[in-house]
Amino acid sequence: MIKIEVDMTKCQHYGQCVFEAPDIFRLNADDKLEYTAEADDSERANIEAAIDVCPMQAIRIVQ
Amino acid sequence: MTHPVVIVGASMGGLRTAESLRRFGYLGPITLIGEEIHKPYNRPPLSKEVLAKEVTHEAVAFEERSSTQDVNWVLGTRAVVLDVENNAVTDSEGQIHPYSALVIATGLRSRRIIVPNGDLANRFALRTLDDAIALREQLIEGKNVVIVGGGFIGCEVAATAIKLGCNVTVVHNAAHPMLRQLGPDLAKQMQLRHEAMGVRFFLKRSVDDLRGSSHVEGVLLDDETTVDADVLIEAVGSHPNVEWLSNNNIECEDGVLVDSAMRVTREDGSIIENVFAIGDLARFVNPIFDFEPRKVEHWNIPTETAKRAAQVIAAMLNQSDSYPAVLDEVFKPIPSFWSDQYDNHLLAYGLCSLADKVTLVAGDISGDCVFEYHRGGHLVGVCGIGLRSVVQSYRAKFI
Repeated sequence: MIKIEVDMTKCQHYGQCVFEAPDIFRLNADDKLEYTAEADDSERANIEAAIDVCPMQAIRIVQ
Repeated sequence: MTHPVVIVGASMGGLRTAESLRRFGYLGPITLIGEEIHKPYNRPPLSKEVLAKEVTHEAVAFEERSSTQDVNWVLGTRAVVLDVENNAVTDSEGQIHPYSALVIATGLRSRRIIVPNGDLANRFALRTLDDAIALREQLIEGKNVVIVGGGFIGCEVAATAIKLGCNVTVVHNAAHPMLRQLGPDLAKQMQLRHEAMGVRFFLKRSVDDLRGSSHVEGVLLDDETTVDADVLIEAVGSHPNVEWLSNNNIECEDGVLVDSAMRVTREDGSIIENVFAIGDLARFVNPIFDFEPRKVEHWNIPTETAKRAAQVIAAMLNQSDSYPAVLDEVFKPIPSFWSDQYDNHLLAYGLCSLADKVTLVAGDISGDCVFEYHRGGHLVGVCGIGLRSVVQSYRAKFI
């Protein structure tokens, strides 16, 4: 399993991560970012791609 | 012995190239040469939230991934000579780095204004971490800060300096700040929002000279107005760092011309198969828009071009059967940019600056709003303040 953390003090809800890892990240009805904090190892490449496109560099794989 | 892949330029583009080489299955040696002493870091916060707080490398550094732990970092060192014929780069310490493939990721440097009385202290540009550290010390409450250049960086710094209690003046050569990038309506609206926060604009103006004997005391404009200044920030664009490429017949007028595989082009139009250019200085065709090669200074482009170059290099060096197919893939990244100025969070896709027609399509110009950018009847961009899901919905139109 992969554990993900988004620093919500940095996140500006640009939602770029949503396109790279749609099973992990989404914008809710208020356009705020929501995410699933645990993911299967098969998602690693998508999550790393999401990290790459995050303008605020707010996403981290913690484990 | 196989020579390493040598990446020159240890910023985001260089880092993403190294990581992507590993992801695409290249297991050989990688050397990353960088002029700055710092490991790669994210530049956009340097004009925004980090500049408003304490500027440290830790606050902006990219997380290091295990895949690149064996990269040979050569930092604090500049590449000075490229010898394409002998597949080698010489650095500023005199060290010669032979390569199997070379990635040119030396990016851009700040342009500076040239004036007769230019040899004064308190002139700043903002591109590197060290620039931001030096500038941060000067952004003190009550100081007169003059920013020359009302593009994105100039406007972001203006917003940050206002937050810090400075008196902020922006001198810009067009009718509105960010006019070229945003179009007249949105640019004018952003100007109003800046003015409401206390920024003073001198528009359609340029700088003729500076006043002061040891440090900047004033800025003389072309209409003979003098603006008091304790701190001068020059945000007037950039130059590609291509001088070290000379004598190889590489086409590097206004950036380095590359093909859709990021391979560098010679002046005679031929391709150099093992030399690549990525990031801000790569001039490439993006078939989403047209067939005109251009360099794109949007934040996502170094990463997109790095991944493309890494994919090709890995296939080439691994002598993969898929190499010809990889070369033939279409490369059409969707440019995107964002900007934070006060509570205004702009997000854009496409190349808004190409537009000949800009239309408000959602929201209200005085609040959250979305604009479409068209050229010759075709959508070339979208930009919004807020209304994130409306802006996001446009992304699919560019795929």
